[in-house]
Amino acid sequence: MYDAVCNRGLRKLREYVVQCLIYSAVVLVSAVFIWLLIDLLRGGLSHLSWEFVTELPRDAGRAGGIASILISTLLILLVAVLTAVPVAWMTAILLAEFVAIGSWFGKTVRFSLYVLAGVPSIVFGLFGNAFFCVYLGLGFSILSGGLTLACMLLPILTSTAEAGLRAVSHTYRLAASALGLSRAAALLHLILPAAAPAMAAGLLLGIGRALAETAALLFTSGYAERMPDSLLDSGRALALHIFDLSMNVPGGDEPAYASALVLVSLLLGINILAMKFAYGLQRSKLML
Amino acid sequence: MNIKQEVGKCDPFTLGPLEAGPACSDPLPVIQVKDLSLRYHGKLALKEVSLDIYKGCITALIGPSGCGKTSLLSAINRLTDLIPGCSVNGRILVQGRNIYDPDESVQALRRQVGMVFQKPAPFPLSIRRNLSLPLHEHGITRKAEVADISEQALRDVGLWDEVCDRMDSAALNLSGGQQQRLCIARALALQPQILLMDEPCSALDPIASGVVEDLICRLRGRYTVVIVTHNLAQARRIANYAAFFWVSGHAGQLIEFGRCQKIFESPRHELTAAYVNGVRG
Repeated sequence: MYDAVCNRGLRKLREYVVQCLIYSAVVLVSAVFIWLLIDLLRGGLSHLSWEFVTELPRDAGRAGGIASILISTLLILLVAVLTAVPVAWMTAILLAEFVAIGSWFGKTVRFSLYVLAGVPSIVFGLFGNAFFCVYLGLGFSILSGGLTLACMLLPILTSTAEAGLRAVSHTYRLAASALGLSRAAALLHLILPAAAPAMAAGLLLGIGRALAETAALLFTSGYAERMPDSLLDSGRALALHIFDLSMNVPGGDEPAYASALVLVSLLLGINILAMKFAYGLQRSKLML
Repeated sequence: MNIKQEVGKCDPFTLGPLEAGPACSDPLPVIQVKDLSLRYHGKLALKEVSLDIYKGCITALIGPSGCGKTSLLSAINRLTDLIPGCSVNGRILVQGRNIYDPDESVQALRRQVGMVFQKPAPFPLSIRRNLSLPLHEHGITRKAEVADISEQALRDVGLWDEVCDRMDSAALNLSGGQQQRLCIARALALQPQILLMDEPCSALDPIASGVVEDLICRLRGRYTVVIVTHNLAQARRIANYAAFFWVSGHAGQLIEFGRCQKIFESPRHELTAAYVNGVRG
């Protein structure tokens, strides 16, 4: 009897300790995020204005705005996404739909993607510089930077899209085949719409990584802060601008904070838009 | 339900009364399975099955789990192509043509040989689109024609009155039994000659199951039906012919094939007798 009571007490205590641990972990994680946000807002909000977003930087970025940098960032992002997405998603479709999961080919492609995903971004920067800037003669340009980022995005986009496609219930494929639908039709009408949110989530991860990228762009798109004339012109990305302001420009803290705030808002905006689009696409195609 | 009457009303075949060991008037083999062996990753799952399936009849495949009934069924419309590691040896002739011939079109075969799965598998689309998508894919695109065929198929499965006012709502909102009938309608819309059914009632409640069973009975004579079922009473009620499979070693084998009544009442093989009487299996 005594033992039983004792045991029950012990079990309760253990339950309590485990709960406390879990809750404190949750609090810690949210605290880091909230702290970061508050710090950003406190440091950058006062400097943020419409002019800051629309004017060109002056005095190494201490004064003026970040218009040219925003344009360069978006252009780099556009080049990266437009190049990486078709290649990555077609690879994902090949791996998920047409190649047996244990096949030699699939394993090799997947392994090389894992390796690529683990390569530090500075190495991508060096490769991009050697290949795009020098070998292909694109020089320090938005195009070089975007293409380098595209290489970085390939593994993320491919693996998330493949996982999304594989998560689509196999019964759709069987039922579609049993009705004599071609694979292309099943893919177009059923499987891709069903996988769209997962693929969009992967795209967002990729965009987040691309927007935050500094090291790889240092060697490839350069850091001229002027407004770029074309894709072959050098352009400074937002993350690089923040790095430069906080490290190399005395008195650049406030614009750095404000730029960081813009970067975070940009990410948030793209996130919301992309998810809305993906679910909208799914709803227009499927009735779940 | 009076099967004899139902069947007599609307089909060109005169089927004998069920209780007398139903026979098709003219047992014409429409599917001929010849020495079919099936392997998953090199391991034998079905060993040297030879079997004729007759036109307009319902043939039930019975036997314990894992004896290769479903594998045989998916071999008939080459759905085995989609299963990784699955290899098929031997021949299956559908209306005299070897479906494993490299020149045969899989899509044409699957249009001719429809399939209904154990779990209702409607597409996550509207009811209308569930029917029209496969039709479009097979080149039937005229709106009026698609609507006509869809309506006819839904009427055939007794679903039209239940869904005619909500054709544009989601198929997944239908009940399980309705979903299964929609899937049958979807298969019928392509006007196949043969319908393969993999335990079509086992995921349904008894009432829905009864409705689907009646529907299958009505298909007799108009379609050649091959049905896998674990429900022996059902097999006995609806089938003209039965094939009994058993696992020996690790591979499924056809033990006995014949008239349904014969299989159930005077089986030749002792395993069959033990299984249908519930002694083994």
